Amino acid sequence: MSRIRESLSKGNGFIPFVTAGDPDLETSLSICLKLAELGADVIELGIPFSDPMADGPTIQRSSQRALENGVTLSDVLKLAAEFRKRSDVPLVLFSYFNPILRYGIDEFARNASDSGIDGLLLTDVIEDEAARISAELSKHEIDLISLVAPTTTDERLSTICGNARGFIYAVSRAGVTGAQNETSSSAKELVERVRKFTDLPVAVGFGISTADQVAETWKYADAAVVGSAIVNVIERSTKGQEVADVESFVRHLLPSVANDGLGI
Amino acid sequence: MNYEPNEKGYWGEYGGCFVPETLVAPLDELTTAYFTYRDNAEFRDEFNDLLTNYVGRPSPLYFAKRLTEQLGGARIYLKREDLNHTGAHKINNCIGQILLARRMGKRRIIAETGAGQHGVATATVCALFGLECVIYMGTEDMRRQEVNVFRMRLLGAEVRGVDSGSRTLKDAINEALRDWVTNVADTYYLLGSALGPHPYPLMVRDFQSIIGREAHEQILEKEGRLPDLLIACVGGGSNAIGLFHEFLNDNVRMIGVEAGGRGNSLGEHAARFISDGDVGVLQGTKSYLLQDENGQIAATHSVSAGLDYASIGPEHANLHDMKRVEYVSANDDEALAAFKTLSETEGIIPALESSHAVAHAIKIAPELSCDSLMIVNLSGRGDKDINTVIEASV
Repeated sequence: MSRIRESLSKGNGFIPFVTAGDPDLETSLSICLKLAELGADVIELGIPFSDPMADGPTIQRSSQRALENGVTLSDVLKLAAEFRKRSDVPLVLFSYFNPILRYGIDEFARNASDSGIDGLLLTDVIEDEAARISAELSKHEIDLISLVAPTTTDERLSTICGNARGFIYAVSRAGVTGAQNETSSSAKELVERVRKFTDLPVAVGFGISTADQVAETWKYADAAVVGSAIVNVIERSTKGQEVADVESFVRHLLPSVANDGLGI
Repeated sequence: MNYEPNEKGYWGEYGGCFVPETLVAPLDELTTAYFTYRDNAEFRDEFNDLLTNYVGRPSPLYFAKRLTEQLGGARIYLKREDLNHTGAHKINNCIGQILLARRMGKRRIIAETGAGQHGVATATVCALFGLECVIYMGTEDMRRQEVNVFRMRLLGAEVRGVDSGSRTLKDAINEALRDWVTNVADTYYLLGSALGPHPYPLMVRDFQSIIGREAHEQILEKEGRLPDLLIACVGGGSNAIGLFHEFLNDNVRMIGVEAGGRGNSLGEHAARFISDGDVGVLQGTKSYLLQDENGQIAATHSVSAGLDYASIGPEHANLHDMKRVEYVSANDDEALAAFKTLSETEGIIPALESSHAVAHAIKIAPELSCDSLMIVNLSGRGDKDINTVIEASV
């Protein structure tokens, strides 16, 4: 069983997302280590991209800040390797296809594996391409994480779940990434449909930003992904305060952490 | 030779469908609808009727006598897409797609635009059928194509400025895709070039191929033989593929002219074939792509907003590799000079995009024999570009 799957199979999972290199690589590393300490079950690390068509304004801006800092895929792999020296929490890279394609899929798989990366999630790759990439990655024990959406038909769910590894990322609603106050009811329906086709853990993401939403998600899914809300905190933070602000936000988000810490 | 894509929308290794999962279902729905109506007689009749009576087709194939005499070489014909209703070839595709959108029951139409010609054409067909219309346009393009912004608003469209990235066509497409992914249920994305995920490159080409079918017939009528050479500008590539497609299996040389901008270094031009072999994935399709060594999409520059784009339609990428079409570039200055030359010799003010094709024609016509025949696709008219040309000449 992959490390990712194992980590998420106990339920009530928490998957935070941060853009690597926002506000800078060193702070990203500290934030990831803090998130691990606060009980993150998997950490998603965003590879900055110039044209993030599936992202809302928050992650677009953070991607832009990271690119202005000159952050490259190689830098992110180094960051991951540093993280891996100090934590066992599984890492998933979240990327658009072009930076990976440009780097070379084979070389990426090798170097990512050496850096202790456990999974890769590609926002804009489907079907045959995904199957080819997944085969390449699995040689190096990296899971290609599959996304499913409320618009995904049962026929596609069956194919996607059949090839999936690690966990299934269920997109809560039609739309781009970004915090919202309510999770749509489509998420629950989608997770129920996914369960018919796989035993893999199912995480729900897109728009989760409050403690209530996390608690609600845990009722029917194995994990909640919180992205834009954390990136928002980092954006609004004053320099040097980012780690403390993220910690305080996560403690509010996960009541169990506020009291006694989770997974520590 | 077979120039059709496979069922997944690949021409050779180019094309395909690289989109977020949410868009797979609407793209499948679109593909199904397109193949249902592609050869449907009633659909074809309505399409052709609108092309004739609303767009004003066929567009003339005009012999540019004075330009030919001045250059002293090949006989130059201009395919007058600038005379179409709304002033460019873009309307051909919009008519086709709006008929499809109506049959699919979509009431809300979104589109991106660069030079504004596709935005105007989309706003026009939405007005024609009483549909809601939202156009995304980079704020840099809104500045340089002010007249078209006004036209779109006059036609009842909402124009949304896009302030991200280079604030040009690429960024407008990103924003249109974000809108679509959010409003998939009731929204039709009317993409304007032979770009993006399958089935758009195929569908747009099919709707634009009327240009080549007419030109084929017209040149036979006028000259009794096929042309030796076709020239068209290439941004995404819809006017070029529209002209070329009918002639692909004929013994006719074809040249696509990219925007050479103001220099050869990355960021100064929009000539995707300059750096041979630079392939990537952007906005749903795999093709040649201007990018840096880390796979970030490069900024582009061209005096013409419609050619200012980092990637190129996948069919062109394949035709390039097959060496069936030659791709060259004309820079800003050459395009501006051609803009002036055609205005003065023929009384035709070409769009700055089309001026790139004219610039290459001016360059090579004198080297060709007097009995050779050349067709230049005059994809649009240049009224929209007057301000840019005035700025450039100051």
